[in-house]
Amino acid sequence: MTLAAIDWGFILTQTVETAVGLEAAVYALAAVGLNVHFGYAGLLNFGQVGFVAMGAYGMGLSVTLWSLNPFLALLVGMGFATVFALILGVPTLRLRGDYLAIVTIAAAEIVRLLARSTTLGGITRGAEGLHAFIGPFRELNPFDAGSEYGIGPVQFGGNQFFAIVVGWALTAVALAVIWQLMRSPWGRVVKAIREDEDAARALGKNAYWYKLQALILGGVIGGLAGMVQALGKATIQPDSFVPAYTFFFWTVLILGGVGRIWSPVVGAMIFWAMLTFFQGTLTAMVNEGLIPTALMDTSQVSQIRFMLVGVGLALLMVFRPQGIFGSREEMMLDVR
Amino acid sequence: MSDSNVLSRQWGRVRRRDEFEPDLGWVLDESRRKWMAEHTSGVTKPDPALVIKNLRRTFGGLTAVDVDHLEIQRGVITALIGPNGAGKTTLFNLLTGFDRPDSGSVLFDGRDIERMRSHVRARKGMVRTFQLTKALTKLSVLENMKLGAKGQVGEGFARSLVPPLWRAQERAIEQRAMELLERFSLAHMASEYAGTLSGGQRKLLEMARALMSRPAVVMLDEPVAGVNPALTQSLLEHVRELPIEGMTVIFVEHDMDVVWDISDWVVVMAEGRVIAEGLAEDIGKNRAVIDAYLGSGQGIENPEEEAP
Repeated sequence: MTLAAIDWGFILTQTVETAVGLEAAVYALAAVGLNVHFGYAGLLNFGQVGFVAMGAYGMGLSVTLWSLNPFLALLVGMGFATVFALILGVPTLRLRGDYLAIVTIAAAEIVRLLARSTTLGGITRGAEGLHAFIGPFRELNPFDAGSEYGIGPVQFGGNQFFAIVVGWALTAVALAVIWQLMRSPWGRVVKAIREDEDAARALGKNAYWYKLQALILGGVIGGLAGMVQALGKATIQPDSFVPAYTFFFWTVLILGGVGRIWSPVVGAMIFWAMLTFFQGTLTAMVNEGLIPTALMDTSQVSQIRFMLVGVGLALLMVFRPQGIFGSREEMMLDVR
Repeated sequence: MSDSNVLSRQWGRVRRRDEFEPDLGWVLDESRRKWMAEHTSGVTKPDPALVIKNLRRTFGGLTAVDVDHLEIQRGVITALIGPNGAGKTTLFNLLTGFDRPDSGSVLFDGRDIERMRSHVRARKGMVRTFQLTKALTKLSVLENMKLGAKGQVGEGFARSLVPPLWRAQERAIEQRAMELLERFSLAHMASEYAGTLSGGQRKLLEMARALMSRPAVVMLDEPVAGVNPALTQSLLEHVRELPIEGMTVIFVEHDMDVVWDISDWVVVMAEGRVIAEGLAEDIGKNRAVIDAYLGSGQGIENPEEEAP
């Protein structure tokens, strides 16, 4: 009945695995998109999971419905996210920022409910989801599906490793594009719109058009997250796109620090490392009797770990409100 | 930049202040003065940059702006005065496309701009500042300035990803920004966040930023409100120089000393209407103006409290 009896090596291995694994890559990409929206353009998007779903379904349907090759499927997925951005942005971006927030949270749910509806069942296969799309992607996999890849105790199966590599590669590309955009005059206009839309308009900038561009860019990156998830899980299920995920992406972004290039990546890694570490540790502590079952049992661990992440986030807001990478100096400007 | 060529062609010349004075001769013409005494507002001018016709804007039952006819002379500093709630800022918003009139039209260089959205009007050369200063606090002072430049290649999404396309232009813009910052005594703050500037410095920055676009018409909404006296003087110096560079200036101001000091022409508004216009010294003697505005206690009200 001691802490030493817990298999720390196993817990740490799992922690590292999830910190660099598929989930972290998916969350990082989705949060990179959210960072474009909120961090740079100041758009309040509470429906990022809708973009993720659109990307995943766009890619999946390209194969199951239209038998397109994987690269075209990727483009179709991006196209789906773009169309979603246009549907959300065209009517709302002329209005005050709050309207986008309201519309996005509803639209993301509409996407999920449509995908699982019986009306579209013939296309999206309802709650069962899409599975048959994975074949062509597996053929592109340069890694051996039967082997393990990784460093030391951290090992992934070949198919999983492929999705992880694709996920982080896409993240790298997205970050490179955003980095270049944000040091260009385009980024300057977008950041100016975040600060004060009217000032930008008074200087001749078409704020509406820039906001729409930013919404599309961040949405397409969110769509990529959905495609990476589909690739890794070999399934696209409507109920893996519930609204809660949007707020996990927000947690990731705020952990890292809003409006910083690396923050979504590091935020996603820390988010998943924390979840896995708490899961492993709490489970072990309950099993070892360090936590009495009257207080909690192993089936409650997966809920409790989110509470602990919440506590962590609250502490971060108290002691480092700008996030890990954020600039306190910049943040304090709001107070003046 | 090609912009400047267009501008210098448009005005034909850059005038010095002393050369520029005689242009105001038309207002000193005795017969015109007599005519004006009878027609307190709606005077036609030889070369108007802006013509406002039957412009009306109501908010529910309140008529905020109801201007039958108003012309703004090109290359002149026109002050827009009037008590709080007279409709000055609303008129500014209507002119710059930040608000839509119920009826009426605005001609800019003879062209109806009614259908143009605000950013298009700005590109055509009508640039404004705001009563509550809009410094973009989390951008550096220099970035604020660079934002003001027009026709930037790197502002396109695809082109921004190819720096060689816009690097040379960016350097030229930066150089011009630094020159303007030098002129407005902000050069030492260039790399600081605009949010660290004082209120007065923000007013300076906003004006300098507006000038980056080489505008034809500069509209300043209370340029010296909340600015300390020393800085006010330097701000006014800058405003005074604008017509010399060929710009038309319209400004809203509550401080009468400032109005008398720098304006060539004064337009007085009350309850949405233009009740009088004329030379500053004549306006000061105008009965209607004194009743509407000066008589109500000049300098008592705090301009910052007026709702935008």
